[in-house]
Amino acid sequence: MKFGVIVFPGSNCDHDAFYAVSANLGQQAEFVWHDSTALGNPDAVILPGGFSYGDYLRCGAIAKFSPVMQAVKTFAAHGGLVLGICNGFQILVEAGLLPGALVRNRGLKFVCREIGLRVETAHSPFTGALEKGQVLRMPIAHGEGCYVADERTLDELEGEDRVAFRYADNPNGSLRDIAGVLSRERNVLGLMPHPERASDPLMGSSDGLGVFQSMLQAIRAVRP
Amino acid sequence: MTTAAISPELIAQHQLTPGEYQKIVHILGRQPSYTELGIFSVMWSEHCSYKSSRLHLKKLPTRGKLVVQGPGENAGIVDIGGGCVIAFKIESHNHPSFIEPFQGAATGVGGILRDIFTMGARPIAVLNSLRFGRLDDSRTGARNRRILGGVTSGIAHYGNCFGVPTVGGECIFESCYDGNPLVNVFALGVCKKEDVFYAKAAGVGNPVIYVGARTGRDGIHGASMASAEFTEESKQKRPNVQVGDPFMEKLLLEACIEAMQTGAIVGIQDMGAAGLTCSTCEMGSRGGVGIEIELDRVPQRETGMTPYEIMLSESQERMLLVAEKGREEEVFRVFRKWGLEAVEIGLVTADGKLRVRQHGEIVAEIPNRELADEAPLYDRPHSAPPEVTKAPALPEGVTVQDALPALLAAPDICSKRWIWEQYDYQVRTNTLAGPERADAAVLRIKETGASIAMSLDGNGRYCYLSPREGAKLAVAECCRNLSVMGALPAAATNCLNFGNPERPEIMAQLVEAIEGIAEACQFFDTPITGGNVSLYNETLGEGIYPTPVLGIVGLMKTEAPVTIPFKRAGRSVVLLGGVGACNERRFGSTQYAKEMARSLWGLPPELDMDREKRVQAAIREIVTAGLAESAHDLSDGGLAVALAECSFGKAGIGAQIDLDSGLRPEMLCFHEGPSRVLVSTADAKRVAEIAARHGVEAPVVGVTIEKGIEIRQRSMTLGSWEIAALQSLYEHSLESSLSAPIAQNHV
Repeated sequence: MKFGVIVFPGSNCDHDAFYAVSANLGQQAEFVWHDSTALGNPDAVILPGGFSYGDYLRCGAIAKFSPVMQAVKTFAAHGGLVLGICNGFQILVEAGLLPGALVRNRGLKFVCREIGLRVETAHSPFTGALEKGQVLRMPIAHGEGCYVADERTLDELEGEDRVAFRYADNPNGSLRDIAGVLSRERNVLGLMPHPERASDPLMGSSDGLGVFQSMLQAIRAVRP
Repeated sequence: MTTAAISPELIAQHQLTPGEYQKIVHILGRQPSYTELGIFSVMWSEHCSYKSSRLHLKKLPTRGKLVVQGPGENAGIVDIGGGCVIAFKIESHNHPSFIEPFQGAATGVGGILRDIFTMGARPIAVLNSLRFGRLDDSRTGARNRRILGGVTSGIAHYGNCFGVPTVGGECIFESCYDGNPLVNVFALGVCKKEDVFYAKAAGVGNPVIYVGARTGRDGIHGASMASAEFTEESKQKRPNVQVGDPFMEKLLLEACIEAMQTGAIVGIQDMGAAGLTCSTCEMGSRGGVGIEIELDRVPQRETGMTPYEIMLSESQERMLLVAEKGREEEVFRVFRKWGLEAVEIGLVTADGKLRVRQHGEIVAEIPNRELADEAPLYDRPHSAPPEVTKAPALPEGVTVQDALPALLAAPDICSKRWIWEQYDYQVRTNTLAGPERADAAVLRIKETGASIAMSLDGNGRYCYLSPREGAKLAVAECCRNLSVMGALPAAATNCLNFGNPERPEIMAQLVEAIEGIAEACQFFDTPITGGNVSLYNETLGEGIYPTPVLGIVGLMKTEAPVTIPFKRAGRSVVLLGGVGACNERRFGSTQYAKEMARSLWGLPPELDMDREKRVQAAIREIVTAGLAESAHDLSDGGLAVALAECSFGKAGIGAQIDLDSGLRPEMLCFHEGPSRVLVSTADAKRVAEIAARHGVEAPVVGVTIEKGIEIRQRSMTLGSWEIAALQSLYEHSLESSLSAPIAQNHV
C-alpha cells in the first residue's frame, strides 16, 4: 500500500507520519509538495500536523486554496482515503471536506499531553481494526483543537455514526467530547490527536498504529 | 564618506569608553563616520565581544576526542558515531525577555535555532533554563506572573510552530530575579559529519547573498542593550526587542538545508545580535578576506532607512551566505521554492575589509579582523565574592511530617507541568523521555540508532554562597542526570549569567565560577564547546545571584529509558551513595532553608568530585545492565523529596524506608548532599556488587509498597503520607500560585 503525505511549507509532522507508515507500519510512503496538482497515485493521503502556511490567520484558512487541496478534494470525491491529523483536520474542515470548525482551546493555551481516546465506531476504513468502546492512549499537541458545530450538525454526525473518536477526558472543550469525525461517505477522517506519535512502543504507546492498520486492512479488502 | 562630528556625548551614548574610541581612531587612521561608530559599538559591546570575560573563558577545557568544533563558531560540534554529529549551544535572552516577555523569549528560541542550522544541522531538541522573581511577592508578584506567562507562551509559540520539541529544562523563583529574569535556551541539532557548514567566507569574487526576512528598524542596538544595566528608562527600549516569525524561520531552515545540499554554498552565518554587521565582518575575519556590500540591494521593510539602521538592525529570520561564483542560480532556485527572498548584495574581496556602500558611495570601511577579533580585552579588577555572613536560622518545631508537603508545593520543587504542557515536546517522534519523566531528556537519533541524553542545571543559591563550589556542583549534577540514564557525559555548553563586571566583587564571582566550571569539566571529561556570557544582569543596582547554567549532552544506546517512578511493589530501594553527611552551615543553601526558614546562609553542599565520579560510573553500569526499575538522583529537597517524586507514577507505588543515621531528622530527610541516587531494583545483590566494585556505598534503605510513603529513622517514624495528597500538591501548586491573590503590602 502507498501513502501520500502532503507537505505544506509549515508542516512539521510530515516526517513523523511518513516514518509511522513506512518504518512502523512497513508500507510505502511518498511526500507530495503543496503546489502539486497531482497526487501521484497513492492508495491513501495523509494531511499531517504543523502550521501549513504559518496559520497566523485561522488555521488552515490559506491551505484550503493550495493547488494540492484541489487534488485532494478530487481524490476524496472518488472515494480515496484521506486522513487529516491535527493541522490536517483543521485544513479538512476549512476546505469543507468535513463539517464543523476547530477553535481556540477552552483553556486558551497550547496543550501537549497524552489523553484517552475512545473509539466510537468500528465501521470506517480508519477504525476497522479497532473495537468500539476501546480506549486508546495517544498524545494531543494543539492550541486550536476545540471542535464546534451547530446542534443540528452534531445530531446528524451522531445519527449517522460519524463521530469516530471522543476524548475520555476532554482537554480542549470540544462539543460532545468529539475528537475525530468522518465524512458522509466515511472515506475522510479528521482527528486532533496524533496517531503517528503513538505508533512506536519506544514513544510510550503504539495504540495509534491501529488507525493505520485499519487503513491498510480497508485497502487490502478492496485491492487484495 | 561624510563624517559627522563625533562628540564625547555621542561616544558615551554608544557605550564606548574614551579609550575604546581612541583604539577605533587608531585602527582606521582617521575619525569614524557615524555608521562606523555604530558598527564598532555593537561589535565591541560586551554581548558580542566578551571583552570582560574572554581572558577567563580561556581557562575552560575545550578539547576532547569527540569534539569536532569547539568555541568560536555558531555552535559546538560533537561526533556521536555512525557518521553523524550533533551541534548544540545555549544562549541567553534575558534583557529582551524582561522588556517584552513574549517576543523576547520567542526570538531567543529563534536565535539559537539559527545558530544550529547555520552549521548544517537540523534542530531536534530545545531545553530552557528559566529564572523569575517570586510569584507571591506583594510588590512584584503580578509582574513576575506576567513575565512567566509571556516567556512560556513565547517559547511555545516559536518552538511549536517551527517544529522542534521542547523537551526539558528547569525553572527557579527567587527575589533577585525580580527585575532581571533569566531566559536561557539550549538547542541541539544533528547532521551527517560531512554536511557540517562553517561561517567562513572564502573565494575572492564569490557572491555574498542575503536570504530571509526583510530588514526593518527593529532590534537596533539590541546587543548594546543587553550589555548594560537596567534603569527605569529601560522599558522605553521596547522597540529594541525584535519580533519573531517562526513560520519564516521554518522556511529558512528547510531552504538552507536544501541549498547546502547543492554544494554551491561556501559559508553561511545567521544574522543574530548585531545583524548584518556581525555576519559580514565575522565571516570575513574567519576567512581572512574582505566583504563588500551595497545597501541599496538589501531587502528593506521600511523606506528611508539609513546605513546606520540597516547595519545595526536585528530583524529576525535572516541569513548571509557566500556562494560559489557562477552557481548562484542553484541557490536562488531553492529559496524561490520555499517562497523566500534571496538577493546578491555584494562580494568577497581580497583586501580584508568590510566595505559598505549606499547608492554606490562608501559609508563604512573597516578591517574585518580588527573589528571582529580585536575588540578591547579587559582584565577587570576582581576582589572576593560578596561574603554572606547570615547566621544559621533553623526553625524549631517543624516536623518532617509537615515539611515534606510544604517542600513539594514549593515553587522550585513542584511540577512545572503548567509550563511544559504548553510546549510540543514530541514533534519529530524522537522524544524517549520528555519533561519530568526522567532525570534527563532523552532523544533517539533515528539515523544512527544511538540516543542523546541532555540536561540543564544551575543553582544560583549555591553559587551566591560560593561561586566556585556552586559551579562545580552544577557540572556534577548535570553529569549525574545523564549518568542516571545510563548515558556517558560527552561535552558541555554554558551560559554565564552575572551582574555588572565593572564591580570587583561581581567580577570575582564570574572568575571563580569559570574556574570552578573549568576544574569540574576537566575532571568529568566534558569539554566546553561553546556558550554565552550574559553580564549586567542588574536592575537599579540590584544584581542577580551569580547563575552559571550548564548544558551537558551524553551518549547512550536507544532503548526505553529508565524513568523516575517506582514500577512494582516489593522491590528493594537502594540509596546509592549513602545517606551522606551534613551540618548546619551546609544546610543553609537548601530548599528547606529557603522554604521553612526563608533564609540563605553558610555554604553549598560539599562535593567530593572523586566520589561523585565513582557514583556516576556505578549508576551507569547498574542502569545499562538493566538492573534499575527506576532511578532518580537526589537534588533540590534532598532524599524525602526524591522519594516522593519516585512515588508519583501511574502505578501509585510508594515506599517504606528506614535510615540508619544520627543526623537531625530534617537534615537527614532534606539535605542536598550530591553524589546520591535512589534506585528501585529486583536484584539488590547485583546492585550491591557493582557499587562495591566502584567503592560506593549502596545501602538498601527500604522496600517499595502498594500504598503510601513512610520514612523512619532507626525504626522511629518521622512521617507517613498518602501519595495522592502529596501528588496533588506537587502537581497543582504552580497553577494555584498563578491564580492566588497577592498579599497586601505589610507596613
